Amino acid sequence: MDKKLENIVQALQEKFDASFEEFRGEVHVFVNPEQIVEALTLLRDKYDFELLSAMTATDYLPQLSPRFHVIYQLTSLAKVLSIQLRVPVNDANPTIPTATGVYEVANWRERELMDMFGIIAEGHPDPRKLLLPEDWEVHPLRKDFPLGYEEVQFTFNFDDINLRKRYAKE
Amino acid sequence: MSQLEEVSIDLYKHLLSERALTGETMLLNMGPQHPSTHGVLRLLLELDGETIVNAIPDIGYLHTGIEKNMEAKTYLKAEVMSDRIDYMNNMGNNLVYCMAIEKLVDLDVPERALTIRVILAELERIQSHLVWIGTFGLDLAAMSMFLYAFREREIILDIKELISGQRMMTTFIRPGGIWRDVPVEFEAAVRNFIKIFPKRIDEYESLLTKNPLFLDRLLGIGKMDAATALQHGVTGPMLRASGVNWDLRKARPYMGYEQYDFNVPVATEGDTYARYIVRVQEFRESLKIIEQALNKLPMGPVRSDNRKFVPPPRSELGVSMEALIHHFKLWTEGFPAPKGSVYQAVESPRGELGVYLEGDGGPKPHRVHWRTPSFDNLSVVPKIVKGHLVADLIAILASTDIVLGDIDR
Amino acid sequence: MGIEQKLGDMGVVTTKLEDLVNWSRTNAMWPMLFGLACCAIEMMAAQASTFDMSRFGMELMRASPRQSDLMIVAGRVSRKMAPVLRRLYDQMPEPKWVIAMGDCASCTGVFNNYALVQGVDEVVPVDVYLAGCPPRPEALIHSVVTLYQKVNAQKFKDTVEQK
Repeated sequence: MDKKLENIVQALQEKFDASFEEFRGEVHVFVNPEQIVEALTLLRDKYDFELLSAMTATDYLPQLSPRFHVIYQLTSLAKVLSIQLRVPVNDANPTIPTATGVYEVANWRERELMDMFGIIAEGHPDPRKLLLPEDWEVHPLRKDFPLGYEEVQFTFNFDDINLRKRYAKE
Repeated sequence: MSQLEEVSIDLYKHLLSERALTGETMLLNMGPQHPSTHGVLRLLLELDGETIVNAIPDIGYLHTGIEKNMEAKTYLKAEVMSDRIDYMNNMGNNLVYCMAIEKLVDLDVPERALTIRVILAELERIQSHLVWIGTFGLDLAAMSMFLYAFREREIILDIKELISGQRMMTTFIRPGGIWRDVPVEFEAAVRNFIKIFPKRIDEYESLLTKNPLFLDRLLGIGKMDAATALQHGVTGPMLRASGVNWDLRKARPYMGYEQYDFNVPVATEGDTYARYIVRVQEFRESLKIIEQALNKLPMGPVRSDNRKFVPPPRSELGVSMEALIHHFKLWTEGFPAPKGSVYQAVESPRGELGVYLEGDGGPKPHRVHWRTPSFDNLSVVPKIVKGHLVADLIAILASTDIVLGDIDR
Repeated sequence: MGIEQKLGDMGVVTTKLEDLVNWSRTNAMWPMLFGLACCAIEMMAAQASTFDMSRFGMELMRASPRQSDLMIVAGRVSRKMAPVLRRLYDQMPEPKWVIAMGDCASCTGVFNNYALVQGVDEVVPVDVYLAGCPPRPEALIHSVVTLYQKVNAQKFKDTVEQK
């Protein structure tokens, strides 16, 4: 691990009682949902992580506690460092506090999370749907959501599918 | 299929000014089908006369479910989807996805493949900027720019077709190298392009750069300072036009970019014109990189010989039982990747293009997330269009160089 | 022994009304300026200098559906876009034609998932399907010429019966 990054991880460990792991040279720090805004603010103000590069989540179904990890990928332009914060979120209460106050880019990213995973960003200034149609109440990127595969029409089953296919009228 | 429904204004109440509710300002719907939105972007504009008070982007009209679909395929098969995300930078998407896989499974790439990747990535950057300058001209009523830019773009597409057989969706870059070695004509074709292209850039610049009509529409329009840009996660030429010298190729070199001598164009004004200048200069810098890469192009293999991840060449299939087994395993079952996650970012023509790839020990990715630059670059638009005229919105949107496939994924 | 001989050199041609109408329809068929995804880029390339679709009387892309005769569905149609697409189609004046350009519009190609309409023929009636991901500009021009053949073969009788 980079020397500069080591200090930052140590500070996070002391302040937030965070654990960390390293994989292929990337550092992932685990932070509790309640402390994430504070951690982001600290990283932005004290350690120059100006850019929230990516923000996403991943679903670990059938594991329910924690079911999701919300991922914050931060980049420091001044020090040329990057660090990843991971926030475990339970299935029973999938909420995170909004990070919009720290990074404005989190606004759209959190709306995407609400659409795709149903992870609610509490206190979000604009909690509308972003990518999905307004009337959809589903969260496609959850593991229990089916892909929505439809049978493909080939020569051998052309007639079968043709019978039940809905063709548009004039 | 969802139906079109009347949407109540309550949904947008918190985003509009007080005057919209009394009817003093006008709400205007722009898109999803509009010639200047560069795809299927919908903007809800609140207008006071012709001045924009608020702009609310509505995206998702091209939401393709690529991230979900990639989870259902093996690592190798999922790559075909990556081409179609940012369809102006097909090979760049292949590149970042393959680099993420290589990082996840710890796979080496031969030197020749790396150099060819650099050439292709830079050609792709030029190609993307050419489409941008063409549509930028079109939006600002410089029709001939469109015809010129697409003329040069065809040369690059011909090179892509020469090496892969496809004009756009090549899937040429593969985990562990490239699909196959480039043909002998490749070098001559690229050299021909870098010979003629500088003159063509001069031609574009003589048409646009000092054109008073062009300047009037661009200077001082859509100003964005560095702090706003960083807060909104803006990267790429848009960030560099605001005075931040941040290019992943220089800052954290990947793929051997540290061996090449090139500059990162930076402008400080942060307006639409600065973004134009930065991109036009990037043409020349990309040419420099391509020339250096061609001069040092080493001979050797173009794919890693780690048979656990890279399919064996066809010539081996007839003679080696082991090769046959590996080939069969790789194309039916796929290779398993270890448990863990990586984040890999490259500098695409639009900014930081990142892939978050998570493996769960099986042959299919557990999660693929695309951090796409256009997504964040668009999110700043409502902020910078405030107070401008509707015609300026067209210039600002064109200068952000958004690709809707890149935004909606 | 038609009317031409009696009239001499007056530059008059006789033909069937049907042919005249079909000829005029094919020679000024204005497509709608409407791109969805990757195929839209190839559609732009088909319009630009190298391929130059205007050779076929199609140089004029109309941004308004009210002025266009041909809808080229260039790209994948998501479920959010489908009602919009149908509304655009409904706004086009008769007679109107649809080309499903590319695999995504024809059958969603590589994307078989929840987000996309599996073939645009579920939303609008399609006249010509065009394969390719994306199709080359030549292929697009070929599909347009195929559509012209279809239009040229149209009989008034069929149109009346349809109504």
